[in-house]
Amino acid sequence: MPDLWISHARIIDPAARRDGRGDLFVRDGRIAPSLPAAARKRAQKLDARGLVACPGLVDIHVHFREPGQTHKETIATGSRAAAAGGFTTVVCMPNTSPPADNAGTIQFIKDAVLRDAVVKVYPTGCITVGMKGQALAPIGSLKHAGVVAITDDGECVQSNELMRRAAEYARMFDLPIMDHCQDSAMTRGAVMNEGVMSTRLGLHGWPNAAEDLIVARNVIISTYTGAHIHLQHISSKYSVELIRRAKADGIRITAEATPHHLAFTDRALATYDPNFKMNPPLRTEEDRREIIAGLRDGTLDCISTDHAPHTDYEKDREFDYAPNGILGLETALAAMLEVLVKDNAFKLAHVIDLMTRRPAGVLGLPGGTLAPGAAADICLFDPGERWRYDARQGFSKSSNSPWHGRTFTGRVKTTIVDGRIVFAGGKIVP
Amino acid sequence: MPWNRRHLLTVEELSLAEIGQIHATAAVFKKILQRSVKKVPALRGKTIVNFFLEPSTRTRMAFEMAAKRLSADVISLDAASSSTQKGETLRDTAKNLQALNADMIVIRHSASGSPLYLSRILDIPVINAGDGPHEHPTQGLLDTFTMQEHLGSLRGRKVVILGDILFSRVARSNIHALTKMGAAVTLVGPSTLVPHWFTDFGVTVAHDLKSALADAEVVMLLRIQHERQAASHFPSLGEYTGMFGLNKTRASWLNPKAIIMHPGPINRGVEIDSDLADGPRSVILEQVSNGIAIRMAVLYLCSGGQPENVETS
Repeated sequence: MPDLWISHARIIDPAARRDGRGDLFVRDGRIAPSLPAAARKRAQKLDARGLVACPGLVDIHVHFREPGQTHKETIATGSRAAAAGGFTTVVCMPNTSPPADNAGTIQFIKDAVLRDAVVKVYPTGCITVGMKGQALAPIGSLKHAGVVAITDDGECVQSNELMRRAAEYARMFDLPIMDHCQDSAMTRGAVMNEGVMSTRLGLHGWPNAAEDLIVARNVIISTYTGAHIHLQHISSKYSVELIRRAKADGIRITAEATPHHLAFTDRALATYDPNFKMNPPLRTEEDRREIIAGLRDGTLDCISTDHAPHTDYEKDREFDYAPNGILGLETALAAMLEVLVKDNAFKLAHVIDLMTRRPAGVLGLPGGTLAPGAAADICLFDPGERWRYDARQGFSKSSNSPWHGRTFTGRVKTTIVDGRIVFAGGKIVP
Repeated sequence: MPWNRRHLLTVEELSLAEIGQIHATAAVFKKILQRSVKKVPALRGKTIVNFFLEPSTRTRMAFEMAAKRLSADVISLDAASSSTQKGETLRDTAKNLQALNADMIVIRHSASGSPLYLSRILDIPVINAGDGPHEHPTQGLLDTFTMQEHLGSLRGRKVVILGDILFSRVARSNIHALTKMGAAVTLVGPSTLVPHWFTDFGVTVAHDLKSALADAEVVMLLRIQHERQAASHFPSLGEYTGMFGLNKTRASWLNPKAIIMHPGPINRGVEIDSDLADGPRSVILEQVSNGIAIRMAVLYLCSGGQPENVETS
């Protein structure tokens, strides 16, 4: 593997509070403070004039559908979509077929990652057997098999007793619990946010109270057990307020926001387009504003995509019957540049922090830094390039994106994992 | 003004003028229906498919009758006898119907938005015959047509819609038609079935029956839709009738000339007493009859007919 010399970049490394022009060096797959003169001559040179160089993006919430749903996505295709989006580290949810609730399935995923992945892919395991919310999964075995967290994402453990025991037990391994906060009795048959829009469209509503209740429950369980509970894809204003209070009280709660909850509201559902259907659903402008405020003041720790591929024939049908979930990896950075930097005056370095150091920190993953000695996971993007996103031409196996056809400003140019260029010139580098 | 809409998907998307055109066209067809020869050749040679994925008596019969009065060939397909039972998607079934040379599809579906979805897939006109709790445009049009026959202009008229509004496509289509036509609409029922979100439609939401019914010129009752509700929306049918059922005493609070409407099917003794449903103020069966004329108007206009040519159609 050649040394890399990335020159004339605007280097943004939030972990080091660095934002300025300079050169980056990579040797033996790691960030090097510099290269000896002789090595510089032989190094592969990347002229990054006009580009931002930042740590490879980190997404702690993706669905790569392997094993069992490989018609939607695989570790091969999902990791390529990640690379194309500037991500070098992703964390896979365990709602596969079968669910990743045992060490054998985790080993299967790790083997597939070694064989097929072009970025770093970490597995999570289930909280409960089969994600059925009835009995605890073998959390210790899962930990030893290499999961970085446990979660029943997509389902939510309804029993407070079971959740309390899961938290207590997982704490023994210092294993975070990621929870999809949803009271399922309040959301039976629900397909969108409950409110004016669901009333107008005649669609069954998912009240934000069903999220707020479980957020409050998890704050209480974290307080009681001392366990770290990470709240996934927060969509409701009041949930943000609950988390803000919990954090002020020093409770071990972290939380994430998705690009789609930051970019859209339930007004987008006016045409019943299933590419705006996900769980939790898009909510109101008031909710959206509070999620932005929560990211701004640190109440919400990071941005995660909840990249959730589904095939055309699954998504393209009656709104009620279409599955929840949308793609996110290939558009996340561009969408956040638009929503947070352009529309809401976030500093670019802040947004990069929310997509690198902060998510890595939530789960204690390596990555999210350009410090000398760290793995050379790097994203180079052109903050000014205008481009049109065609979901059908993307690297994901599916194309269910609400951003399909959008013109963005800001495009990932090169993605480097452990010092190796994996994405450049619009292509995956073999 | 020419009519240039191919689909009828919602009342929400119609302008007041378009509602007027449908009503005026229906009035002509209503006269034709009173002749001894009730058939006109307007849609001769056309095939209309009634694709009903939910049970229906009135709407389906009225669409069928309307199509036949216009000399169209009619084919009816329901969920039980279609390939949807075999897992065929709505897209595929609809594309097949089009490939079989259907000229127009009338669809009823339990999933809101399905007619809009079909209208984007197909090249032929799509008529919404009820989509989930969303809209039932021809019902809203025939109800307002019936009200106008009794009251004249609906501007400023007090109309009460009473019952299960949340799950009612009839209510939504009526609300859109009535508000466009200038009526003062009040929705009444248990707070779980008439959520405050409805105020966004430009109507009044009330839970006190007496003040709501006072001086109302129209009261429209809606069926309690057991099949769509979770168990928790209200305690029991008995309590519902006790709180909101229309009986003689409560009917006396209405304007003396008020009419009583119901889109059917009626649950006698639940939302309305039998003698009121059959009484002199009830226009329930007129609604059914007007349903044919309205659907003739919609089928005629959406297949390219113009309002001014209807007399000679």
